[in-house]
Amino acid sequence: MQTTEIQEKMWDGGKKPLIASYGKLMMWFFLMTDALTFSAFLGAYGFQRFVHADAWPIADEVFTHFPFVHGEYPMLFVALMTFILIMSSVTMVLAVHHGHRMNKKGVILWLGLTIVGGIIFLGSQAWEWSHFIHGTYEGALLGADGSIAHFVNGSVDEIMRHGKLISGQDALDFISSAKEITGANLINNEYGHPLFADFFFFITGFHGFHVFSGVVILIIIFINVLRGTYEKRGHYEMVEKVGLYWHFVDLVWVFVFTFFYLV
Amino acid sequence: MSENNSTRQIWIVFWILLVLTAIEVLLGIFKPEFMLSNYIIGVTLLNMTFIVLTIIKAYYIVGAFMHLSHEVRLLKLFIVAPMCVLIPYLLFILLTEASFHGAIG
Repeated sequence: MQTTEIQEKMWDGGKKPLIASYGKLMMWFFLMTDALTFSAFLGAYGFQRFVHADAWPIADEVFTHFPFVHGEYPMLFVALMTFILIMSSVTMVLAVHHGHRMNKKGVILWLGLTIVGGIIFLGSQAWEWSHFIHGTYEGALLGADGSIAHFVNGSVDEIMRHGKLISGQDALDFISSAKEITGANLINNEYGHPLFADFFFFITGFHGFHVFSGVVILIIIFINVLRGTYEKRGHYEMVEKVGLYWHFVDLVWVFVFTFFYLV
Repeated sequence: MSENNSTRQIWIVFWILLVLTAIEVLLGIFKPEFMLSNYIIGVTLLNMTFIVLTIIKAYYIVGAFMHLSHEVRLLKLFIVAPMCVLIPYLLFILLTEASFHGAIG
């Protein structure tokens, strides 16, 4: 009886029933809606992938490069990017942790490292985009019907189209009406269906923009920490709020990594 | 909670995330044959493993790093419930429609 009475009074106003500040609650609600946006993007990706299953490229075969190393190393670069983002999430947690203890030096160190991690991630993503846009040396053949084919190792009359080998007159007919394309952009994609490239640019671009705005916000907070704004205010809750955003960016990447590169 | 204890927990979560990611990457590179030929509710065992591992990672990021597991129960519900309802609903519709789309060409 007494507990219900207390609970009713809890919602009468003047108290914080969720024991969280306004700013933190709003950040949570924003992140929840943002998560729904990203799940809609990945769901739309899944839809198109099912519909165009035969022409859909396999991410492993598209993203096989690693900086300063020649040869094919599927997954490794994107695994490194994932590691960088998880690492920057840990440094962010440590910054929040030192903020709770009002340890300005600790916040400066760990927040600074988080910013560095974010910038390295953005650089990696730019590198991956540039490789995808430039494409392979050989390029591909874009048929008149919109399908993509590749020459089989050095031959001139044998082609591989959507996993099927075509040779002889059929192949020559296809080649004569096809045009050569290299790399990927919003219209053509030498690796397969153009929608794959569209979704790649859109989803990783939208996530990359989140990382970019996260880095900008982190830098603003970092300057405030340096100037002692939160020291004067008496709490480092602002670091906590930007921390929530930063972890969310990491969380989204975990899902992009799985559904774009692994599945 | 003492100082050392809570930083140690942060690093434990970091190692969990790292190991799960490493498992995903290794499975993604080697793609064991038996995981590709076995299916669970229409999804290969390999993809199902990826999805489960990803959800475990999400749990640790949201629960430990974003501190949601230490919030009030009602706040947890406000954040998690809409996603648990809306996302599976959306995916169910989209993916069902997509396979139908494939069937009619």
